[in-house]
Amino acid sequence: MEQTALDIRNLCVYYGHFLAIKDVNLSIPRNQITAIIGPSGVGKSTLLRALNRMNELVPTCRTEGEILFDGQNIYDPKVDPVEVRRRIGMVFQKPNPFPKSIYENIAWGLRINGFRGSRAQMDEAVERALRAAALWDEVKDKLHQSGLSLSGGQQQRLCLARVIALQPEVILLDEPASALDPIATLKIEELMRELTKEYTIVIVTHNMQQAARVSDYTAMMMLTGEGERSGTVIEFAPTKLIFTNPQDKRTEGYVTGRFG
Amino acid sequence: MATDRYALEVPLRLQSRAQRRRWEERAVRGILLFFALVSILTTLGIIYVLLQETVLFFRQVSFAQFFLDTRWTPLFLSQRFGIWPLVNGTVLVAAGAMLVALPLGLLAAIYMSEYAGERVRQILKPFLEILAGVPTVVYGYFALTFITPILRSVFPQTQVFNAASAAIAMGFMILPMVASLSEDALYAVPYSVREAAYALGATRWEVATQVVVPGALSGIVAAFILAVSRAVGETMIVAIAAGQQPKLTLNPLESIETMTAYIVQVSLGDTPQQSLAYRTIFAVGMMLFAMTLGMNVTSHLLIRRFREVYE
Amino acid sequence: MRQGTQPIRADQGFAPTFKPNLPYRKAMGVAWEAVALLAILLGIAMLLTLLVKVFLDGLPYLRPQLFTEFPSRFPDQAGLRSALQGSIWLMVLTALLSFPLGVGTGIYLEEFAPKNVLTRFLEINVANLAGVPSIIYGLLGLGLFVRGLGLGRSLLAGVLTMTLVILPVIIVSTREALRAVPASIREAALALGASRWEMVRDHVLAYSMGGIFTGMILALSRAIGETAPLITIGALTYIAFDLHGPLDIFTVLPIQIFNWVSMPQQAFQRLAAAGIIVLLALLLSMNSLAIWLRNRLQKRW
Repeated sequence: MEQTALDIRNLCVYYGHFLAIKDVNLSIPRNQITAIIGPSGVGKSTLLRALNRMNELVPTCRTEGEILFDGQNIYDPKVDPVEVRRRIGMVFQKPNPFPKSIYENIAWGLRINGFRGSRAQMDEAVERALRAAALWDEVKDKLHQSGLSLSGGQQQRLCLARVIALQPEVILLDEPASALDPIATLKIEELMRELTKEYTIVIVTHNMQQAARVSDYTAMMMLTGEGERSGTVIEFAPTKLIFTNPQDKRTEGYVTGRFG
Repeated sequence: MATDRYALEVPLRLQSRAQRRRWEERAVRGILLFFALVSILTTLGIIYVLLQETVLFFRQVSFAQFFLDTRWTPLFLSQRFGIWPLVNGTVLVAAGAMLVALPLGLLAAIYMSEYAGERVRQILKPFLEILAGVPTVVYGYFALTFITPILRSVFPQTQVFNAASAAIAMGFMILPMVASLSEDALYAVPYSVREAAYALGATRWEVATQVVVPGALSGIVAAFILAVSRAVGETMIVAIAAGQQPKLTLNPLESIETMTAYIVQVSLGDTPQQSLAYRTIFAVGMMLFAMTLGMNVTSHLLIRRFREVYE
Repeated sequence: MRQGTQPIRADQGFAPTFKPNLPYRKAMGVAWEAVALLAILLGIAMLLTLLVKVFLDGLPYLRPQLFTEFPSRFPDQAGLRSALQGSIWLMVLTALLSFPLGVGTGIYLEEFAPKNVLTRFLEINVANLAGVPSIIYGLLGLGLFVRGLGLGRSLLAGVLTMTLVILPVIIVSTREALRAVPASIREAALALGASRWEMVRDHVLAYSMGGIFTGMILALSRAIGETAPLITIGALTYIAFDLHGPLDIFTVLPIQIFNWVSMPQQAFQRLAAAGIIVLLALLLSMNSLAIWLRNRLQKRW
């Protein structure tokens, strides 16, 4: 039995009066890749963003329930979301490097979080992050060029390096390869496997083949009922099981491509 | 030819109507183009008028006198034509105005762009627009009758007409322009960049000042340059409150004269129209035009480069 | 949360320490946010102070004589009669002249101009003209209209000069109004075989007229407050007779205010304030008209 990185209990997320996700109970296992799949609009991104309190950037958002991380509820009023986000990092669907140099993209995050060290240590941290994201060889000679000058796939790996530099415990990826070409996608998928040695990975994907290829566990999300607009997790199991022997009829329908 | 064949098939009635439509189209295009050319004629007119009088001016006054002398007294018996006192006055007031408008304007833009919710913006924005819409004579009145007395009570050595009052009033007049243009620049930075910064564990102020503002920097600098250009070209506030004593000084509490105020002074006076003294307003105008043109062009080039980054 | 905890993972011998220092950063953020808000509030406070001061100063002189009397050496007998006439005549004539020129240019640039060098040049030119200080337009008017065309210091010279001053503003706002028309309306008209002009005349203009008029009124409201170019072409500060025709010499409201402000006696300062109240009232009504017009025409669509 693996250890749990994130323990989600009775999670509900509201945007104003709209209940986006309802009664989610889930235990994200540590150092594994967990995929969240489901049809469009069911709330996968909302669930992912609840894990690092990014939803709160939307003014009308309200969250109920708990998410336990390292023994504490990250939604406890005493906990500052800014603090959560260093330890639970996120990579977005569309690569969004800062309009700064490649070096600065990574160094900035370190500095903000009070990285204590000399210039040489900073250089080393930047290099390690870029190596972990399999980007070092491609950019080591142009660290002072703009991050925006890289290709799509490289930008996305830069965004990943940016997160890795902060040594989070969990890395959230929101459809990280949907804006990339197949080769870049493959690189990202290989990276994810490497990263589980040190980090817990949660990935949202609408691509079932990707989920089947890459993840150890899969959470299936669906609307709570016909005509409902709230989503919830209807099944959570090791990926092999979800795709070969799903328990819920709706899961079966989705993974066999009958709908969604 | 295909058209010939088509023309044969179309009844005569419709054919002349089609022709009429085409002529109408051409005529309208022609008229509108002619109107558009008025704007080109305006620019040519400005250059021609200024140039013509400036050339005549420089037939009587040497370049050395204009650019090297440090006193400006064309209206006195002993005429001196050094432009620098006027430029000094203009720059002194403009700099003072920028000291007010730039920090306040940028801070306002940051607040409106990164902090204010929609409702707050809808309340605050109209106020800023009103601030920008108040005629400059009103600001001049305010500078003379409100700001100057206060300045004089705090700094008794302040003269009745002084650069500082005009600069402060001008600063508030320009503030909305700086705020609005800077806000446009901040807005051009995509939201996804902010998201990335938040996701790395940054506070809102850190995201605003360390990611968004640097990302919008050339746009903001362009806004600043345009604001300076506006301050340099401003007339009524300085004509009312800054004085008519051209001099070289860095003391804002003294009376000075700006280029624009000088032109007003001569226009109101009874200097004979064909005289050298009268011609000086065109030479000064030329200087003013060159300065503002240079700044405006620089600003537009910066904005264009800024837009290219995000598109 | 425990600060600076080591993440749970295989130890690689590389363990940077993070000292997020969150309370300090948060406090700084809140402090600076307050400063930023204060910046806006300071601007608003200045505006309100200005309005209150002007109102208090000018109120005693806000009486019928202000509108019926000519300027005079004696403050109690002075009024805005000639200035108001000048301003109103100037506005009306400028509107009549600048509307076709400005809107026409805007329509040309937005709807008809081919994407070539000439057009680009025109656009750059308009952008530049928008940034030229208004006093330069005064010098242009002086050289071209007052002396060149021999119009002297007449209202006509003022109208021509003022038209050029607000032309760039009208062009820009017209283009923005035209740009707001959805592509679907244009495409539908063209697909039915309409020529470019027919599409513009019958469909685009109908949709954007409200925006164009609003822009026009706003441009005129800026023109009403313009002083520098008119002083330069020689509009006088002391006119004591009625305005009868476009070739008469004239004055306008802001120039009269300027004249009164420049006089040392306190009574004239108060007169100036009264004039300012009238000017601001005029501006307020014009802007309200523009806003009302915009709302009214928006509702229709």
